[in-house]
Amino acid sequence: MRKQLSNWGNYPALDCEEAAFSVDEQLQQYVDSHEHIIARGNGRCYGDASLGEHSISTLRYDKVLAFDEATGEFECQSGITLDQVLDITVPKGWFLPVTPGTKFITIGGAVASDVHGKNHHAEGSFSNHIISMQVLTGKGLLTCSPTQETDLFWATCGGMGLTGVITTVKFRLKKIETAYIKQKQIKAKNLDEVIRLFDEHKHYTYSMAWIDCLQKGDSFGRSILIVGEHAKENELNDKQRQAPLTLPAKGKLTVPFNLPGFVLNNFTVKTFNALYYAKNYKRVIENVVPYEPFFYPLDAIHHWNRGYGKDGFVQYQFVLPLEHKDGLAAILHRIGEKGWGSFLAVLKVFGHQDDLISFPMEGYTLALDFPVRKGLFPFLDELDALVLEYGGRLYLSKDARMQQEVFWNSYPNARKFERIVQAYNPGGKFRSIQSDRLQFNYGSNNSNS
Amino acid sequence: MPTVLILGAGSDMAVAIARRYASAGYTLQLAARNPAQLHALEQDLRIRHQVAATSHAFDALNFDSHLSFYQSLPAQPDLVICVFGYLGDQEKGQSDWQEASRILHTNYTGAVSILNVAAEAMAARKNGMIIGISSVAGDRGRMSNYLYGSAKAGFTAYLSGLRNRLFHAGVHVMTVQPGFVDTQMTQHLTLPPLLTAKPAEVANDIFKAAGKKKNAIYTKWFWRYIMLIIKSIPEFMFKKLKL
Ligand SMILES: Cc1cc2nc3c(=O)[nH]c(=O)nc-3n(C[C@H](O)[C@H](O)[C@H](O)COP(=O)(O)OP(=O)(O)OC[C@H]3O[C@@H](n4cnc5c(N)ncnc54)[C@H](O)[C@@H]3O)c2cc1C
Ligand SMILES: NC(=O)c1ccc[n+]([C@@H]2O[C@H](COP(=O)([O-])OP(=O)(O)OC[C@H]3O[C@@H](n4cnc5c(N)ncnc54)[C@H](OP(=O)(O)O)[C@@H]3O)[C@@H](O)[C@H]2O)c1
Repeated sequence: MRKQLSNWGNYPALDCEEAAFSVDEQLQQYVDSHEHIIARGNGRCYGDASLGEHSISTLRYDKVLAFDEATGEFECQSGITLDQVLDITVPKGWFLPVTPGTKFITIGGAVASDVHGKNHHAEGSFSNHIISMQVLTGKGLLTCSPTQETDLFWATCGGMGLTGVITTVKFRLKKIETAYIKQKQIKAKNLDEVIRLFDEHKHYTYSMAWIDCLQKGDSFGRSILIVGEHAKENELNDKQRQAPLTLPAKGKLTVPFNLPGFVLNNFTVKTFNALYYAKNYKRVIENVVPYEPFFYPLDAIHHWNRGYGKDGFVQYQFVLPLEHKDGLAAILHRIGEKGWGSFLAVLKVFGHQDDLISFPMEGYTLALDFPVRKGLFPFLDELDALVLEYGGRLYLSKDARMQQEVFWNSYPNARKFERIVQAYNPGGKFRSIQSDRLQFNYGSNNSNS
Repeated sequence: MPTVLILGAGSDMAVAIARRYASAGYTLQLAARNPAQLHALEQDLRIRHQVAATSHAFDALNFDSHLSFYQSLPAQPDLVICVFGYLGDQEKGQSDWQEASRILHTNYTGAVSILNVAAEAMAARKNGMIIGISSVAGDRGRMSNYLYGSAKAGFTAYLSGLRNRLFHAGVHVMTVQPGFVDTQMTQHLTLPPLLTAKPAEVANDIFKAAGKKKNAIYTKWFWRYIMLIIKSIPEFMFKKLKL
């Protein structure tokens, strides 16, 4: 069906054809009969990574193929969303090994972006937990894993769909005793303090911080650090312990705070900000909460992205290596001066990562939203230059606008990745408007086969 | 637990229906032309809903096989849902009898052939239920799909007669008339989003209505009123429209 398609940032919007498939034969037929296609999961990447002239939705390709309740091995088709996986596995005492800040993404999207969660410093990104997967490449359906067809495996993890369509994925779940998280929220007066707190709390499996981007002076970078662990059964209260692996009824979930909607207006921003801080009047709060508000605070408000209006927004997420964490302050200053960003940003630590093309590297990552407006892209180009200066890079899954050289200059393995893409996707059958924008050379269909 | 047989189990609507019944604990018998394609669905239903599921080869156009197909099922189903259908290419069918007959035979003759078998078995047992997925297209013939529409009209009439007959044997028959549904069948069409149902919504409507032993439903519900209006347009005007 032809339609206007855009991803979570509502920018860019592309007039294109989107098709769907639910069995392998339909996918194969579609791939054979179209020159250029790109896989699309739930469209939760912010920019243009899953947009193309012909996008093929995986959402109906959502069957669970195997779930070993003893070992936690799970195998499924790529279009199943994380919320469905959780519904199946949590009652049996298994959790996702890695989850992003929304559960409305597909497993295919989790692999193609090699997503990270609040536990990256402790448990790595999604690819770290994959046993094997199948990819419909330009050279047919292939199985790959960390030990088999390894080029394809590593170019597919974080490869933004450019090696082909991921069909099935087998990965390892994580054992849990309860559906609850024992969390601790700590107020930090400024950026230095929150960085110090991150370090002090690095033994926690999960951590992230909300940073207030508008504060100046002594309060520059004031934030709230949130850390947590899966709660043990004996850490639950009596009521929770009656059904430790079941979430309390929907609707009763408390949203820790309301983020969206007010983001555009400086006045409301400040009001809410004050309220937010008043609510957390104690410096440290510890409590046991269901996993949903802990991992997915924004999911409680469906379509909060529409609050940014029809011009849409881009999310700017970069990572700086540990040795250049001072760059954070410089970049935050620039953002604060301009005053165009959302007032809250998310700050996380990444641990060491050894792979080909994934976004994470050991260091700090910051993400915030910018409503699209005149002059925004030149400003973001300036930020890009800073990020590169500090040895950092941008997350392709959030990107909708970076100049091609920014990508090629910041991902050290980019050219190697490109060569692998040429081998498995000769001629570039699988391509998005993002990969075109980044000027990928897909090689030619004949010379490589 | 009751057993439901789903005829044409591979389609998006059928998957949604299978999941809805599985979530209520039904045992599933899945039937399609290529049962190998049902393997993933079978696993999915078992893992998500802890139900038993089996797959079976079934071709609506292979009339002669219908009796033996039904008799060889591992258990006699308590509920049969006839989901398969074929929209086909109206324009092609106007001059190409092969296409026209495929439309007619899939949507009408094939459905009648297999439901005759199910009806006999249920009537003899004096219990069971049959659900037929017809279409709003059967309510009035339109230039854009009257081959399909007329076959569905025939199917709707068949279901109503069957309901009448089987009522006296304690067997219930429900007719379902979906409006636009977002499935593989309608993929190439541009459908108005507000009028178009998701397969899961249709499945839910069917499950709920079957629980209440409704005779005939439209899904989504407002199609009843849309079709009332469409049916009330006088023929001398209707024929001039390009629908
Ligand atoms: C509120 C919110 C919070 C987020 N938080 C985080 C976070 O904490 N950490 C993080 O890492 N990300 C985060 N993200 C980003 C999101 O996790 C990724 O963009 C993810 O890839 C989206 O998956 P999707 O299923 O929606 O796929 P899409 O957005 O449709 O596609 C994303 C990419 O995956 C490719 N792709 C999808 N399916 C397949 C397939 N079957 N085969 C091959 N390629 C495929 C697409 O081509 C595209 O390149 C967040 C997004 C939102 C909206
Ligand atoms: N989608 C709509 O808007 C809409 C509206 C009103 C009514 N309906 C009706 O709803 C039902 C389901 O529709 P859908 O949209 O899910 O359609 P669909 O995607 O086109 O699926 C049709 C199904 O019928 C099966 N089928 C076709 N010919 C068959 C045969 N000879 N023997 C066995 N199975 C056969 C197909 O099986 P294979 O997988 O083997 O091809 C497929 O599973 C159909 O009866 C349709 O007429 C649909």
